[in-house]
Amino acid sequence: MYTQILIAGFGGQGVLFAGKVLAYKGLEEEKQISWLPSYGPEMRGGTANCSVIISDTPVGSPIVSEPDILIVMNLPSLDKYESAVKSGGSVFIDSTLIERRVERTDISAHYIPATKMARDLGIPTLANMIMTGKVIRETEVIGMDGLRDALAKTVSAKHQDLIDANLRAIEAGFNYSE
Amino acid sequence: MKTVFSKPKALTDAPLHYCPGCTHGIIHRLVAEAIDDLGIIGKTVGIAPVGCAVMAYDYFACDMVEAAHGRAPAVATGLKRAMPDRVIFTYQGDGDLASIGMAETVHAATRNENITVIFVNNAIYGMTGGQMAPTSLPGQVTQTSPYGRDVKTVGYPIKVCELLSALDAPEYIERVAVNNVKNVMNAKRAIKKAFQNQLDGKGFSLVEVVSSCPTNWGMTPQKALDWVESDMIPYYPLGVYRDKSAKEAK
Amino acid sequence: MAKVLMKGNEAIAEAAIRAGCRHYFGYPITPQTEIAAYMAKRMPKIGGTFLQAESEISAINMVYGVSSAGLRVMTSSSSPGVSLKQEGISYLAGSDLPALIVNVQRGGPGLGGIQPSQSDYFQATKGGGHGDYHLIVLAPASVQEMADLTVKAFDLSDKYRMPAMLLADGTMGQMMEPVELPPESDGKAVEKPWAVTGTENRREHNIINSLYLVPEQLEVKNFERYERYKEVEKNETLFEEYMTDDADVIVVAFGIAARVSKNAITAAREKGIKAGLIRPITLWPFPSEAIAKAADRVKGFVSVELSMGQMIEDIRLAESCKKPVSLCNRTGGMIPSPEQVLKAIEDMEGGRF
Repeated sequence: MYTQILIAGFGGQGVLFAGKVLAYKGLEEEKQISWLPSYGPEMRGGTANCSVIISDTPVGSPIVSEPDILIVMNLPSLDKYESAVKSGGSVFIDSTLIERRVERTDISAHYIPATKMARDLGIPTLANMIMTGKVIRETEVIGMDGLRDALAKTVSAKHQDLIDANLRAIEAGFNYSE
Repeated sequence: MKTVFSKPKALTDAPLHYCPGCTHGIIHRLVAEAIDDLGIIGKTVGIAPVGCAVMAYDYFACDMVEAAHGRAPAVATGLKRAMPDRVIFTYQGDGDLASIGMAETVHAATRNENITVIFVNNAIYGMTGGQMAPTSLPGQVTQTSPYGRDVKTVGYPIKVCELLSALDAPEYIERVAVNNVKNVMNAKRAIKKAFQNQLDGKGFSLVEVVSSCPTNWGMTPQKALDWVESDMIPYYPLGVYRDKSAKEAK
Repeated sequence: MAKVLMKGNEAIAEAAIRAGCRHYFGYPITPQTEIAAYMAKRMPKIGGTFLQAESEISAINMVYGVSSAGLRVMTSSSSPGVSLKQEGISYLAGSDLPALIVNVQRGGPGLGGIQPSQSDYFQATKGGGHGDYHLIVLAPASVQEMADLTVKAFDLSDKYRMPAMLLADGTMGQMMEPVELPPESDGKAVEKPWAVTGTENRREHNIINSLYLVPEQLEVKNFERYERYKEVEKNETLFEEYMTDDADVIVVAFGIAARVSKNAITAAREKGIKAGLIRPITLWPFPSEAIAKAADRVKGFVSVELSMGQMIEDIRLAESCKKPVSLCNRTGGMIPSPEQVLKAIEDMEGGRF
C-alpha cells in the first residue's frame, strides 16, 4: 500500500493535527510515514493543508499532488483539489460547511456534517477528528486499535486531558452512516 | 643592578608597529599592567579589532583572537559563554566599536555581557590613512571630510559613554585620557577596575580612552596631546558615566 | 532505539545537542525558526547556551568566539540571513575554525519568498564569502538525514578544521518523518590544541587569526588549506545511487528534488524507460567521479533543481560535456512535480533536449 492523503481547510480547523494523528498511528503500525504542512502566513486564518503519506515502501516525494484520499473542510479547498484526486480515490467533505456535491463520478464522495455533529456533541473544535473517524471507517488506512496511544503522542503534554474528547469524536465519525 | 622599570609580562617581545607619538603603546601597557596586577594572564583571552590595533594579537602574551571589523563584542560573547571562568577583553578603536560595530557594542552592553571593553577613541580612522570617524569632531579635517566635518550633512560625533549610559544594563562605563601623567594613572585605575569587575562577575565594563593620532591629525606628538586637552576632552568629558555597584553600595 | 516522528528542523536541533553542541546563536527567520525554538527550550536545561543575537552577523561572530574556545557550536538561518553570515563564514574558514551553519533555504534573490528553494547552491558550494575557501556542504533528503548529517557535519568540521554547512530547504525543515536519533556524545573526540582557552602559563599564546599581511605567507596558508580540501574530496564525498546500473538516463538531484525524482524514476521504469538517480549527499565535495563514470554508459543526464540551474554546471564539469545534460527546474519557492521530471526523463531518453 502507498496511500497519499491531502487534508485541507481553514487555519484553526485542526487540519495539521488530523494529519498528525494519521501519521502517528501509521508509525505505531510500523508503516513508512511522511507529514508535510503548508507553512507561512496562509496558516493564520487562510487556507491550510497538509500532505500525509502512509506506505509499506519508502516514501518518495512527501508532497501529495494526486491524493488517494482528500479531506476538505471548506469550499475553497474542494474547488481547488477536487480535480487532483486520483481516479478511484475518495473525497471526505464536511457538509456543514460545504453545500455543493462532488462533480466527478470516478471518485467516491462521503458527506459528513462534522461541524454540526461536533457542536451537538459539545466538542465544537473537533470536527477534524469526526472527519478522521469516517476516513478510518471507509478506507482502513489506519486501524482503530491502539488509537489512544497514537493520540497521546500527538496531543501536547499539557493537553493530555483532551484525549478522551478526541477519541469520542473519532468514534462518532467512525459510526456515522450517511 | 636594581630593576626600576620593566615590560609587563602580559606583553610579548614583538616590537609595536604604531607610529611615533601614538598613544596605543601606552594603552597596551596599561592593559598589560592590569592583567599582570590581577595575575590573570593565564586565563585571559583578548580580542583584537580591525583598525590600527589589528595586530594586538602579536603584542599581548595571553591567548588572542582576531575578530572581523566591529564584531569583537559578539566574538567576546561567544568566548565568554563558552568559558565563563575565563577573562575576556576586547580592544577596539572608534571606527570598529562606534561605526561598523555599533549594534554589537550596544547589544553586548544591554545583555550586560560579563566582558571588558577597551575603547580607544582618537577621532579618526588611522590604519586606512585618516578618514572621518564616528567620533571625529565637528569641523575636524580628515581625508574624507577635507572641508571639515560638516554636521549638517554627516551628523554629529557619537559620544559612546553617554549613549551606553542610557541603557539599564551595563555595569561600568568610564571615559579617561592618556594625554598627561595624571590622566594615565587614572586610566590605569579605570582599566584595572574594568577587569576586576569581570572577575567579580559584575558585567559589561567599558573604558573609553581618549587618545591621539599625531600622524593622521598632522601634528607633532606634543601638539596632538595638547589638542586632546583643548579640543577632545571638552567634547568628550572625562569621568565615570556608570558604576552600578558603587551606586548600589551608597 | 525506537523511531520518533519529528520535524526536520527539530531533528537538526536534537541531533546537534546529541553531538555535544551546547552553544547555539541565531536570529529569527522563516522557515527554520523551529530550530531556535527547540534550542531555546532545551539549552537552558542542559547547561547550554541559547542566545538570540541582535543580527545574523552577530550570531555568526558569536559562533566564531565559541569555536575559538574549541567547543562545538552552531547557527541556523534561511537564505537572506545566510547572506548576512557570509562575512563571518569567510573568517571561520580563514582562521581554520570548525562550526556548523544550517541553511534552510527559501526562494530568492532579495527577500524572495518563504517557500522551499535550492537557489543558494552556488553560495554554499563555491565559498559564499570573500576569498579562497570551501565549506563542507551536506544536503539531507529526509528527516533521518537531517539528524545524521548534522552529526556528520560536526565530525567532519572538527576533523578538517573547516566550517560545514547543512543545506536543506523548507520542505525538509517542515516535514515530519520517523527518525532514529543519534547516540549522545560529548563532541570532544578531536583534540583542539589550537583553541584559545587561556595559556595557564604553561604554553605560548595561541592566536586565532586570518590576517596575513605578507602575501607569501597568505599564499602558503591558502595552498595548505587546499591540500586539506583535497583530502576531504578524496575521503568524504558522499552520494546515493538509485537504479543506475542499467540506466540510460540519470537524474542528478539532491534534497527534496531527489525525493520527487524517485517518484518520476519509478514511473519511468513502469513505462519501460531505464532511469536512475545520482543523489549527491555532499554537494561539496561534489560526486564528480560517479557522474564521470556514468557518463560513459548513459544517453544523458537530467539535473532537477529548485533554482534556475546551478548544480547543472558542476554536472557538466564532472562529465566533461561528454553527454547532454538537461535542466528540469522550478524556482521561487515552487517544486517540480514527478510528472515534470518524468517528461524530462522521457525527452532525454528520446533525444529531445
